[in-house]
Amino acid sequence: MESLTLSDVEQKYYSELFLFCDVDNTKKVASNGKVLDLFRAAQLSNEVVHQITELCGATRLGHFGRSQFYIALKLIALAQSGLPLRVESLNSVRDLPLPRFVMGKNEQEMRHVVMFADTENQGPYLPRPPGRVQAKKVSAHEMIQPCVPTVDPQPDTTSPVVSPNQSPPTSPHAWRKHKRQASGGNVDRQPSVPGVVWPPFREAQPGPVTGDGMWSAHSPPPVQESWVSFTDTPPSCTLPMHPPSAQPESTTVRTVPSAMTTNEIQRQTSGYDDPWKITDEQRQYYINQFKTIQADLTGLIPGSAAKEFFTKSKLPILELSHIWELSDFDKDGALTLDEFCAAFHLVVARKNGYDLPEKLPESLMPKLIDLDDSAGVPEPDPEVGFSASPVEVTPNKSPSMPSLNQNWPELNQSNEQWETFSERSSSSQTLTQFDSNIAPADPDTAIVHPVPIRMTPSKIHMQEMELKRTGSDHTHPTSPLMAKPPELSEETKLAAAIKFPGTTVGDGYSSSDSFTSDQEPISSAVNRQRSHSGTSPEGLKVVAPPPPPPRPNASHSRSSSLDMNRNFAAVPAGPQQPGVVAFPPAVPPRPLPTQTSVPHGHRSVEGDGLPAITSTSPQQMPEQPNFADFSQFQVFAVDQPADDGEKPSDSGQVERCAETTGTMRTAKNDVQAEERNATTVNSAKVSTPLAPPPKPVRRRLKSEDELRPDVEDLPQKSTVIATVLATQPSIPRSIGKDKKAIQASIRRNKETNTVLARLNSELQQQLKDLLEERISLEVQLEQLRPFSHL
Amino acid sequence: MQTAIMIVANYPLYIRSVPTQGELKFHYTVHTSLDVVEEKISGVGKALADQRELYLGLLYPTEDYKVYGYVTNSKVKFVIVVDSSNTSLRDNEIRSMFRKLHNSFTDVMCNPFYNPGDPIQSKAFDSIVSTMMVQAF
Repeated sequence: MESLTLSDVEQKYYSELFLFCDVDNTKKVASNGKVLDLFRAAQLSNEVVHQITELCGATRLGHFGRSQFYIALKLIALAQSGLPLRVESLNSVRDLPLPRFVMGKNEQEMRHVVMFADTENQGPYLPRPPGRVQAKKVSAHEMIQPCVPTVDPQPDTTSPVVSPNQSPPTSPHAWRKHKRQASGGNVDRQPSVPGVVWPPFREAQPGPVTGDGMWSAHSPPPVQESWVSFTDTPPSCTLPMHPPSAQPESTTVRTVPSAMTTNEIQRQTSGYDDPWKITDEQRQYYINQFKTIQADLTGLIPGSAAKEFFTKSKLPILELSHIWELSDFDKDGALTLDEFCAAFHLVVARKNGYDLPEKLPESLMPKLIDLDDSAGVPEPDPEVGFSASPVEVTPNKSPSMPSLNQNWPELNQSNEQWETFSERSSSSQTLTQFDSNIAPADPDTAIVHPVPIRMTPSKIHMQEMELKRTGSDHTHPTSPLMAKPPELSEETKLAAAIKFPGTTVGDGYSSSDSFTSDQEPISSAVNRQRSHSGTSPEGLKVVAPPPPPPRPNASHSRSSSLDMNRNFAAVPAGPQQPGVVAFPPAVPPRPLPTQTSVPHGHRSVEGDGLPAITSTSPQQMPEQPNFADFSQFQVFAVDQPADDGEKPSDSGQVERCAETTGTMRTAKNDVQAEERNATTVNSAKVSTPLAPPPKPVRRRLKSEDELRPDVEDLPQKSTVIATVLATQPSIPRSIGKDKKAIQASIRRNKETNTVLARLNSELQQQLKDLLEERISLEVQLEQLRPFSHL
Repeated sequence: MQTAIMIVANYPLYIRSVPTQGELKFHYTVHTSLDVVEEKISGVGKALADQRELYLGLLYPTEDYKVYGYVTNSKVKFVIVVDSSNTSLRDNEIRSMFRKLHNSFTDVMCNPFYNPGDPIQSKAFDSIVSTMMVQAF
């Protein structure tokens, strides 16, 4: 024949149609039957069809080869557009619309159309389908009315899933395309059926019409709605059903004996999503069928009746079973009207070649009827809920949530899933875990961190020292100081010096109010701190010049330190032996002794202090010397306070010494603090701001520094404590920092010590228990032994 | 790890295992466990529908896996076999799994198209079981 030039669209369309007709899969020849069907579907008169057949040469050949087929298609297009059939016009006519075929079967074609529409704008011919198709998946089928713009509008039209049956091999693609959303499988239909229009296949075309399922877009023109004809769908490749017999659902069978009749059931595929939407006509049909089974529309169809009904559709039991599972939304073994419609629709779709979805499409979910509403509504809710919950949950515990979230999407459908969902979320242990994790650490820890203390002049420093010493120095030698610097500072404001002595004395020496009144506040602070010691020794310490940490330096042998011991004894809060006596400024290997300019009247004190100090810790040893110096002072001071302490100047000095020693005991820091305090005091008294300054330099050892300053101060202690306190501020911050560092380390060590001590005690206890057990067992053995001998 | 779920009602109705091979081993295990199940059923007069845990902790020297059992009112037995290597499974989890299984099984039974005695071929049921197995194991 004449050569034929086809546009791309046409080419595609035609090839698809050819494949559609190529039931024998010969790829070369379209079966006459199918071709004729197709042509008939073009809604052309038989004459025209004959003419076309002749023109294309099929008559001559007796069969439709590909080229003939294409030519024929083109001629059909010509005819449909009203042009005379001329072979010449085949190539001359441009913009020839694609031939339209009204066939249910053409779902595939429809798909093609749609596809085409998508790809190329087939203008009128591809009414939205493509768009629709894209929009809705399967709806494309319906759309396949290329020239029916109206069709377009209905994206979801529903053309009931066009009977996918007819599926020539190609059709599957089309369907698939459209089916994107469709859960189901019908995907096979080729959406790209070009310009296939599926005018409502109302009537069951008696014949083999391929389509039984014409799913025309049920959109506007009702005409277009083609219902899936249950009956006929020519066996779509995918469908197991066989149209001829199959009648659209059993109802059709009942009502329409012939296959074709099913055509009327071309409900628009109320497809599962769009393709699954039920058109009004369809719905009405379903409702009618429902009435035949159950007159009451609000009633239920029992499972057995439904089974019988649907069995008539000749679908395999397995598929019917699946359909049932999908449609019986509330799992009650009976179908409400909505459920019934959904089931019916699914059957129709299936018969038309649509694959069954895995999940019930939303449009089929029972929600139209009250009964179903509950069912339908929950559907979205759970999802929403789920999504919500993950959201809420996530904020709480993100880690756990993600997993839940993932699970959620899966659970959209059944209530059961909801349950699971909730179970899952509720059972999530992570939440609780999180909570616990989130639980803030004890406040003490918060306090622990060393805070740069702004110490007022020496006073503050001294206070710190005291705090450290007095506070649970044992445990947190440095922390208190660290933690409480602010406190200390504030305290110091008051009269760090005062406090200091107070604290030192206070804690331990609370009784020793010998301190000047100034100290009282300090002592009180110290006392307060003391109380904290349990919790945050640091705090205490900071608050007031930590009273000389009750150094468990029993070794403190200083005679002079006796007083101090006493003081320290009181002071030591922690495991340290109360008898801090030892504490007294463990005299660290004080290199300072010499240095200290301490009037060494205190030296004697120092001596005591030193040993005491040394006992505190090796670290402190270096300080010790300083401490020692200090201690001297402290001892001195302690003595004084002990005695009486109040002597302002002396006591102050002594206190300071004591304090210093104390600090040395507890922690270097403490000592330092004390020293500081002492120094402050001293300084106050003696205007020894110098002392502090020098101290910082040696801060590392702290003790040294302190000692030194103390030592220095001591001599200067003559000044009134108050004054000293006043001067305390002069204590260089650096010293404070050093002290803190040292104190911190001291504290750490103390902590470790306490922990180990505890552990030891526990183990001892266990050992005892075990020994007891052993003894008891042995006793039992002995008791039994005689029996065994018997 | 290997796990398997089987539903038996005097004849196997459903079996699913992950991985999917080695089912014979599971078959064997389940069959042997059925004896124990029978034992428990016959002896107990009270609520037979109680969730039963069976073989919790059963460990063969060679094969280490635990077998859990569950029986419904209609004497349908569910058996879950899990690797012992999966120690993260707790009793409650197993119970919830059985509960889910039971629910799904009930749904399948409710389907008028299902003939009791047929192997369970429901896709929904399969998917639920698969999901459950994946989650749990």
